[in-house]
Amino acid sequence: MLTRTERYQGYAGGAVVFAAIALFIALAVFALLSFDSGETDRPLFDAYVWRILRFTLWQAGLSTLLSVALALPVALALARQPHFPGRIWIIRLMAVPMGLPVLIGALGLIGIWGRTGILNSALAAIGLSEPVSIYGLSGILIAHVFFNLPLACRLLLAGLERLPPDYWRLSASLGLPALSIFRFVEWPAIKPLLAGIAGLVFMLCATSFTLVLVLGGGPAATTLEVAIYQSLRFDFDPQRAISLALLQIAVTASILALMALLPTPKDDSAVTGRAARRFDGTGFGARAWDGIIVVLAVIFLCLPLASILFAGLKADFARLLTTPAFWKAAWTSFWIAFLAGLISLTASIAIINARAAIADARKPGLAPRGFSALLASLSSLVLLVPPVVIGTGWFLLLRPYGDVASFAPLLVVMINAMTALPFVMRVLSPAFATHRQRTARQAANLGIFGFARLRLIDLPVLAAPLATAFSFAMALSLGDLGAVTLFGSEELVTLPWLVYSRLGSYRTADADGFALILALLCLGLTIAGTAGQRGRKDDG
Amino acid sequence: MTSNQPSGIRLQNVSLMLGTKQFRFDCELPAGAITAITGPSGSGKSTLLNLIAGFETPESGKVTIGSANVTALHPSQRPVSLVFQDNNLFAHLDLATNIGLGIHPSLKLSAEDGKRISGALERVGLGGYEKRKPGTLSGGERQRAAFARALVRERPVLLLDEPFAALDPGLRQSMAGLLLELHRETGNTVAIVTHDANEVRQLADHALFIDHGEITLQAEIEVFLMRRDVPGLTEFLKL
Repeated sequence: MLTRTERYQGYAGGAVVFAAIALFIALAVFALLSFDSGETDRPLFDAYVWRILRFTLWQAGLSTLLSVALALPVALALARQPHFPGRIWIIRLMAVPMGLPVLIGALGLIGIWGRTGILNSALAAIGLSEPVSIYGLSGILIAHVFFNLPLACRLLLAGLERLPPDYWRLSASLGLPALSIFRFVEWPAIKPLLAGIAGLVFMLCATSFTLVLVLGGGPAATTLEVAIYQSLRFDFDPQRAISLALLQIAVTASILALMALLPTPKDDSAVTGRAARRFDGTGFGARAWDGIIVVLAVIFLCLPLASILFAGLKADFARLLTTPAFWKAAWTSFWIAFLAGLISLTASIAIINARAAIADARKPGLAPRGFSALLASLSSLVLLVPPVVIGTGWFLLLRPYGDVASFAPLLVVMINAMTALPFVMRVLSPAFATHRQRTARQAANLGIFGFARLRLIDLPVLAAPLATAFSFAMALSLGDLGAVTLFGSEELVTLPWLVYSRLGSYRTADADGFALILALLCLGLTIAGTAGQRGRKDDG
Repeated sequence: MTSNQPSGIRLQNVSLMLGTKQFRFDCELPAGAITAITGPSGSGKSTLLNLIAGFETPESGKVTIGSANVTALHPSQRPVSLVFQDNNLFAHLDLATNIGLGIHPSLKLSAEDGKRISGALERVGLGGYEKRKPGTLSGGERQRAAFARALVRERPVLLLDEPFAALDPGLRQSMAGLLLELHRETGNTVAIVTHDANEVRQLADHALFIDHGEITLQAEIEVFLMRRDVPGLTEFLKL
């Protein structure tokens, strides 16, 4: 259906993007592997490295268990109470931690669970002296549950709401008690999702960087990613960074391989908040249980958010907003996010078009089909090698050519663009596929090509998903602390880095103020993106 | 409640508002007969069935089944069995379990119950299908299994919401035949929502025509088929 030119353009674009990304990752990995530290007596993996690996897996396992186990009753309660007051807002609240910069979430959690936070003050007031510690393993677990319980809950809820509404009518007419409904209807719907959700949460927790950086500390509570950062930035021990990075790649590779075998969890219906009619859960006991569970979850999620808000409002905005440092950081952040978003979007479009061009050939040969599969796996490839590892590799690679700091902005842009790639692809590929299905025949039949096609047929429809993807990518990049920590310097200060460094210098009031601004920026972008996405669904 | 005495269904001045649609029903479905509920799509056929089954509660008026006022009763407490167009079976459970849930909702089944399940499957022509999952059956077989569950439930009222709409015409014919046989054996009261005029002719003793949320005709089948003065009915019967 495509013209010969269109097809070759598609192939070429895909090839260029693939080569660029593969090279960017491969060079970093190659630099790591070929680094010669001059030491030969030290083993590649010593006891320290193994201990960090054990802790990484242990905290990720515990975080996953807690997040999913606690999300389960919340999802069941929300599904059973379609008329729960403010239900749609509770479901939207569940999306907030996903759009919130991790560093800002950590600040909010410290405000509640920290040494001088609400919880410990309350405990002290009633005479309990043993404070709950937000630092170390317990803090990492609380934070991971804060970020991942809502994610797991939304995915579980989506699974429950995908059940045919007839099932609830049938259960009611058969008079199934709550336990039977759980055994025969709810659990069978949830069970096949659990492995996929747990895999996703485990992956996020095992590669968690910022939370562990802020809440962990000391070798007792450090993950691989943070240890890589520490060994480069503080100890300058590239040898150790290499062993850690290799382990990190091995860990992510095994998780990704396992996840490939599991079904991908889908989050669709929960976003619309359209609930099926339920005829159970009307008794007092059931309503009280569901109510308590949901309220507890809401409190757990809302308190840190409220803490960000109130701590932030105490800051002296008049002064903060006139600080040159703030405007400089905001400007840097904006440019990095803008360029990262643009690169991510361009790369995604090229990948999608190349795959479409290959699919368009009636009988693609083995080579094109292999290339198409490679392109499809590119977003996983990006997940395989975490930002800190890529950063480490390029750090070593560029060191001989002068001050790494001068290359830093470009590297941060590239790393952020790659981190955003899987998200951008997830928004764009279904939108492009639907659009092509609807228009390709007509456009080809009418002979609309090139710029005219872009202007008349593609842009009017695809503008909305493109804007969604772009704002997601920008939000992700704006809130990211990971890539900047490696290269951050006097010259390269982004907003999250500003918050983090103020935090380090005990100017917490300033940090709280900047944190609130950053949180609002990122949430605003995410909400704008989601609104665009919902609008598209209504059209279709 | 599970007695086999046939029970007539009566809706007295029932009214209900769903969104912007107003429904008013006042009708009687005779005991031990098959009543067809017909009318254009969106007219309120399924709403009427939902009111009888208890999935909708009237804002005013009264629903009685036999001598009992069921207006405020939960769907599970009403003496009715249900067969929808689709999704009558839990897709992840085998047929024996699906039908067993009709006998005991926590699936505490005796050996005797097991025999009844096999007997019911046998009766609808699915003998030996106890361990099959709904996904491995054809559409017609799934509806047969739904009938088997209605059989073991022994409720005096059977409500069917376009039960054959997803089947091809030849199959509809034989399924309607099976429904008639089962009806004659049990003598239950049947209400069937259908948009198929042939089904009305073949099955019904009695019929209702619903238009814009109100019943515009309720009559014995012979009378129903002869009337030419009800708007929309002639077009419906020609289909």
